[in-house]
Amino acid sequence: MWYLCVFYHRLLDYRRPEVESLARMFGAFDSEDGGGAEHLEWRIPEHHHPDSPFHFVDLPSEDVARDVANRSILVKGIYELWGEADSYEELEDAIKNYPDERKLPYLTSESTFRITVDSFGKVISFQEQNERIQSLTYIPFKGRVNLRNPEHKFWLMETDDYGANNGLPPVVKKRIFFGREVGSADRKLLPTYQLKSRTYLGPTAMDAEMAFLMANQAMVKPGKLVYDPFVGTGSILIAAAHFGAMTMGADIDIRVVRDGRGPDCNVWSNFKQYGLPMPIGLLRADNNLPPWRPGLKEVFDAIICDPPYGVRAGGRKSGGRKLLKGVVGPYTVPDDKRTDHIPSTAAYSLVECVHDLLDIAAKMLILNGRLVFFYPVLREDESAENHFPEHPCFILVSSSEQILSSRYSRVLLTMVKRGPYTKEIEEAARLKHLEFKENHLKWMEDGNLHSAVFSPGESVCVAEGDTKVSKETKPKYRGKYV
Amino acid sequence: MRLLTHNMLSSNIKGVINGFPLGIVVEKVIEKPVEMNPDFLKNMFAKIEWKALVDASRSMGYTELPEQADSSMLDSVDFLQRFHHALLELHLEEGALVCPETGRKFPVNKGIPNMLLHEDEV
Repeated sequence: MWYLCVFYHRLLDYRRPEVESLARMFGAFDSEDGGGAEHLEWRIPEHHHPDSPFHFVDLPSEDVARDVANRSILVKGIYELWGEADSYEELEDAIKNYPDERKLPYLTSESTFRITVDSFGKVISFQEQNERIQSLTYIPFKGRVNLRNPEHKFWLMETDDYGANNGLPPVVKKRIFFGREVGSADRKLLPTYQLKSRTYLGPTAMDAEMAFLMANQAMVKPGKLVYDPFVGTGSILIAAAHFGAMTMGADIDIRVVRDGRGPDCNVWSNFKQYGLPMPIGLLRADNNLPPWRPGLKEVFDAIICDPPYGVRAGGRKSGGRKLLKGVVGPYTVPDDKRTDHIPSTAAYSLVECVHDLLDIAAKMLILNGRLVFFYPVLREDESAENHFPEHPCFILVSSSEQILSSRYSRVLLTMVKRGPYTKEIEEAARLKHLEFKENHLKWMEDGNLHSAVFSPGESVCVAEGDTKVSKETKPKYRGKYV
Repeated sequence: MRLLTHNMLSSNIKGVINGFPLGIVVEKVIEKPVEMNPDFLKNMFAKIEWKALVDASRSMGYTELPEQADSSMLDSVDFLQRFHHALLELHLEEGALVCPETGRKFPVNKGIPNMLLHEDEV
């Protein structure tokens, strides 16, 4: 059945993938056979741009629609549409034509209801709202009005046709929707979990809204085991734990995972703050040389992380001075200093980091388990758009861009494991690992983003004519920034 | 560190072939109650190296796990409770994990095992 799905006007690229992941989690797709990346059917209202908050989505049942909406972060509401039109006269016809057997069960005398008037891209005064509600007398409401806690919530929503439409390409025509709410996101989560009231924070803590979105992409639910190999202050695992998952995290920086800022300000205390169950395990380990026992595989239901990609925080791996062979002699720790020795670490290029992540995920995820992680993209580099990391075990489910600066953006990649981790794949990964080790310095130069993001811009005056043309072809609206 | 974590870890020092299971040096064990989730336990049972779990729980002072176990025992609530207790409620708060081949100690402080290798072990 088709439903009207209205989104919050935020993180536009993340909206449909979230609904699709949740729909899968709540059983909208019959089986896993289709490859794990089937899509729902979507439509947008006439004359609307894809970035519009109004979408139509085909969901198998009202139960699925309700579950999806209530669990989501970006769905303002999913509605059973009773009518849509360009004017109020046409709306009356549309609603009257909507079959009575769909309407009457929600209009009975023993029920309670509420009508809310909402708008996008315009403000409707209180008086105008009342007039619009009064004009709906042709709908035979028999129930009592209850504004606080009604059984049935009806929404009258309109968009206007003026140019500056919240930074979107102009909507050509006014459109009015009337529908019954099936479910809506619980955005109260966000102030509860907002970073500014969290005790222990690091410089790259994931903001609460994004962490919840990542957990939804990973289809986290109670009893699942979720792993974050770059756990830091635990901001991603907190979202997973909120949705009932068992969590496990590792980090190469022992000060972050073990000590924090004291007994009441560390990763554990962050979980305690929200009354969440503690992580099952936290350890200090290196993503480059993970300490998992040989033969251990397919234990995690999801891996969710924000790898250090060297723009705000650089990655580290073990090896340290040993990798600088030729600069300093190969380093051996003297026997009497071994107990308290603090091993030096070496920089970890983005390319190698992502290679290791995919390899670990391919081995440690269950079949149909999901890997959800951020991947940075240089925005000037048009060709890079379709060059996301690939792995024979995984297929890409979705990619959602969030623009961070004029130079670069990050893309949330959701992948699903579809194939087993074979001997051949393991051997190829081992060889690649050695390749990275042998050519450490080369990869540090080629495989990093920092210089590209922070280097001064190319001189613009030389090819001004060209750049103007290429810039104008790009849509110039806030779209992905919001 | 819970024994679930212990059951997943091995010593990955260069050249070590049998880095599993890691021995346990106990300085301080604490018990933290965790709500039992039978589905999770049944799921994990297939992934667990049982003997390593039995030995590890003994070195932590818990001797209630049977020597052998198979999946038919998962129907017994009593067994599930013991399994749950050993796997998720016993914590090694202070101590060390010991590489069975080289004797190298990986310290465990404040419940966090430090599995990072020295430069010459990579």
